[in-house]
Amino acid sequence: MRDMRPPKTESTAEAVAVPVRSRLSLRRIEARHVRDYGIIAVTAVVFIALSLASSAFFSVGNLFNILYQNAPLAIMACATTLVVVAGNFDLSVGAMYAVAAISAAEMAVRLGPLAGILFGIVVGGFTGLINGLVVTRLRVNAFLATLATSLAFRGFAIAVTNGFLVEVRDPGFTGLGRDKIGPVPVSVIIAVVVILILQFVLSRTVFGRYIYAVGGNPGAASISGVRVSTIVLATFVIGGFAAGLAGVIDASSVASGDAQGGQAFALTAVAAVALGGTSIYGGIGSVWRTCIGVALFALITNGFNLLGVNPYYQDIAKGLLIIFAVALGAMVERREGR
Amino acid sequence: MDGVAGPIVEFRGIVKNYPGTRALDGVSMEITHGSVHGLVGANGAGKSTLGKVLGGATRPDDGRMFVEGRPVKFSGSRDALQHGIARVAQELALVPRLNVMQNVFLGVEPKRRGLVLRRKMRQLYDDLVGEYGFALSPYLEVGRMRLADQQKVEILRAVNRKARLIIMDEPTSSLTKDEVITLHEMIRHLNGKGTTVIYVSHFLDEVLAIADTVTVMRNGQVVRTSKATEETPASLVGGMFGCEAATECFDEKSAVTVETVVLEATDLCREKVVRNVSLAIRSGEIVGLAGLVGSGRSEVARAICGVDAIDGGTIKVDGVEQNFRFPRDAFRAGVAFVPESRKQDGLCMQLSLRENTTLPHLWSGIVSRAGVVQIRSERSKVESLLKSLSVEPPRPELTVESLSGGNQQKVVFGKCLFRQPRVLILDEPTRGVDVDSRANIHRLIQGLARQGVAILLISSDIEEVLGLSHRVLVMRGGEVVREFPADPSMGDVMNACFGLATSERECET
Ligand SMILES: Nc1ncnc2c1ncn2[C@@H]1O[C@H](COP(=O)(O)OP(=O)(O)OP(=O)(O)O)[C@@H](O)[C@H]1O
Ligand SMILES: [Mg+2]
Repeated sequence: MRDMRPPKTESTAEAVAVPVRSRLSLRRIEARHVRDYGIIAVTAVVFIALSLASSAFFSVGNLFNILYQNAPLAIMACATTLVVVAGNFDLSVGAMYAVAAISAAEMAVRLGPLAGILFGIVVGGFTGLINGLVVTRLRVNAFLATLATSLAFRGFAIAVTNGFLVEVRDPGFTGLGRDKIGPVPVSVIIAVVVILILQFVLSRTVFGRYIYAVGGNPGAASISGVRVSTIVLATFVIGGFAAGLAGVIDASSVASGDAQGGQAFALTAVAAVALGGTSIYGGIGSVWRTCIGVALFALITNGFNLLGVNPYYQDIAKGLLIIFAVALGAMVERREGR
Repeated sequence: MDGVAGPIVEFRGIVKNYPGTRALDGVSMEITHGSVHGLVGANGAGKSTLGKVLGGATRPDDGRMFVEGRPVKFSGSRDALQHGIARVAQELALVPRLNVMQNVFLGVEPKRRGLVLRRKMRQLYDDLVGEYGFALSPYLEVGRMRLADQQKVEILRAVNRKARLIIMDEPTSSLTKDEVITLHEMIRHLNGKGTTVIYVSHFLDEVLAIADTVTVMRNGQVVRTSKATEETPASLVGGMFGCEAATECFDEKSAVTVETVVLEATDLCREKVVRNVSLAIRSGEIVGLAGLVGSGRSEVARAICGVDAIDGGTIKVDGVEQNFRFPRDAFRAGVAFVPESRKQDGLCMQLSLRENTTLPHLWSGIVSRAGVVQIRSERSKVESLLKSLSVEPPRPELTVESLSGGNQQKVVFGKCLFRQPRVLILDEPTRGVDVDSRANIHRLIQGLARQGVAILLISSDIEEVLGLSHRVLVMRGGEVVREFPADPSMGDVMNACFGLATSERECET
């Protein structure tokens, strides 16, 4: 009997006897479009502006340079997206990165470059597993859990190395971070592959769907047959592997493992996730969005450097951007009256 | 009573747009001072949206609103409250970690020098409950209470605001008959003291019983406003759907021919809420579980489905003993479950209809291959399911939170139909669903039974239970106390629910 509804019309003035719901034009730009796509527009504008403002910016060399410098961050931030979409938080990426870096370097010195690289990545995954277990088994809030483990991980890294750099000169080890295939750095290729895999996993697989469901409403997900803690655990492990990979790539490119490395990443990774528009409450977000968040940060850093702006202003600009992006999202929520 | 002649609230040309929908399309109406104003309409007609506009939860895009003749624009619920307007939301909005009393007094705690006076609060709470009914224990944590009790907390909270106008959006959707009576007494009492009530419900008899005036809405517009005495359920349905739709009537029950027992539960125990419950459901049989709220009906359902752990007892599906440790185990054994609270247990609000509908079935490979979701086939399958459930609008990519309450409920039901189960456990399957779609869901349930699905039906709507069930089990205090064959009289069942003379009102803990 719903079919008896009369055809839609745009005029409602005369439609009194038979109420008609008029369709809105979907073409109008609404606040939520700004929230969902504004970040892309901002990134594009910054890109164009930098191209105009600095002749050095828009060159193959510089663009590859940006990609090269940000490949480790992009890998970590994209993996952290899975953790955040599942409704958790990971503040320990920088520490996992450092543990992986020194593990790789120590092992490379002893057993050779390949063993070092693999060991570093596995250690990263193991630290992620620890995070996941603390969150799912001990039921510690992820924010506090990863804050605590990041202290412990970094302390461990410093204790093992006594705070010294672990140098590895073997070209088999440094190749990962320094070699190029044609003009493209190997690490950039690895990052692109990892990002594509993560994007695919989150958006297309059953596992990815479970991640959204767990972040959206763990109770409903559980009743629908999803094993919530297994999913959460898996996201932390993935985050750990990614941080491990990033740490190894960086150790390789500087030919040493540094227990103090990656300090800045702890917050930048999560910030890039939020800047991209992934909800820190879970259930909403995507990997490609995080890539845009990373790209915007990267452009600001690079552009400000090229233009010779004081680095302090970079951080101010980044901080303001995050606030702006998150506040915009909140405003749209309110306007839509939820 | 002020004895003011004019209306307490007047809407003039209110418009509210959501992306893709016009939820309110020029609504104009008046709410008379001190009246009970019924508001009816099909799912998605705009009733809740109108309530949200009046309650300050959302802002209209166009139109004007007057409270006692003065134009108002609310910036939030607090603002509306200051104008004496409180709202009992359809999707309950309580603080789960706080207890009953703290929720009821949230924001209006009795204070001296910034300190909450707990004893004073307790006394005020007792006075409130004494005056209006709904004797809930003040110290229970709200998040652990059943839906019906949460609904009562919401109502108490609104009443405690001493509002001049209370909007009740489907306040009885999970209350049983006796509680509805208590609520109606409460409304009359409020009414006697001059409080105006806007009463939204899909139970048309209830609306006609309590309301002075009734407004019928359709597609975001007002169809008509008339005196309750001039309307009948049939005339309201006519207005709601624009044609003579059927009012409540149940198809003839199919005979249960097969004797094979599909679901068998023996001596189920869980703490004190489920005590030695045994039941067997045959293929094609619909077994109703009746009882007051708190009698353990939902707990039995949750125990069978592996949501709550059991302390003792066995569950067999098709004769095979099962150990359901998680809902996932039950789902894989063919036991599907519609939980009573769609917001808490049923849906992921920010996910799409498509993603919600297939969530329990991704493992089975109907819409996935090698762990990859086949989105295109998923979308078309979900779309046809949504149409068969008359979900409005049937667009798989919408987020669930953008649907009206009744349409959300249809999605919860749809989740269980996406792949035919062996056993279907329904806890309030039609909560908040309009008359027409309800009849549709009833037909679907009966159709499933005819195909041999074993069904356990729980509903606070006793007519629904009696109308559909081949057998009715009555629960009281966690035990099955009586069993009736098909079509018992409602009086008998109600008596059994109450337990002859002694009426065990729950919540005395
Ligand atoms: N947040 C939202 N975003 C988009 N659309 C919405 C939103 N809230 C409501 N709508 C739409 O507005 C219309 C009216 O919804 P409303 O909740 O007012 O219906 P209702 O009359 O209360 O229905 P029900 O009886 O099912 O509760 C529906 O078509 C619904 O899909
Ligand atoms: Mg509603």
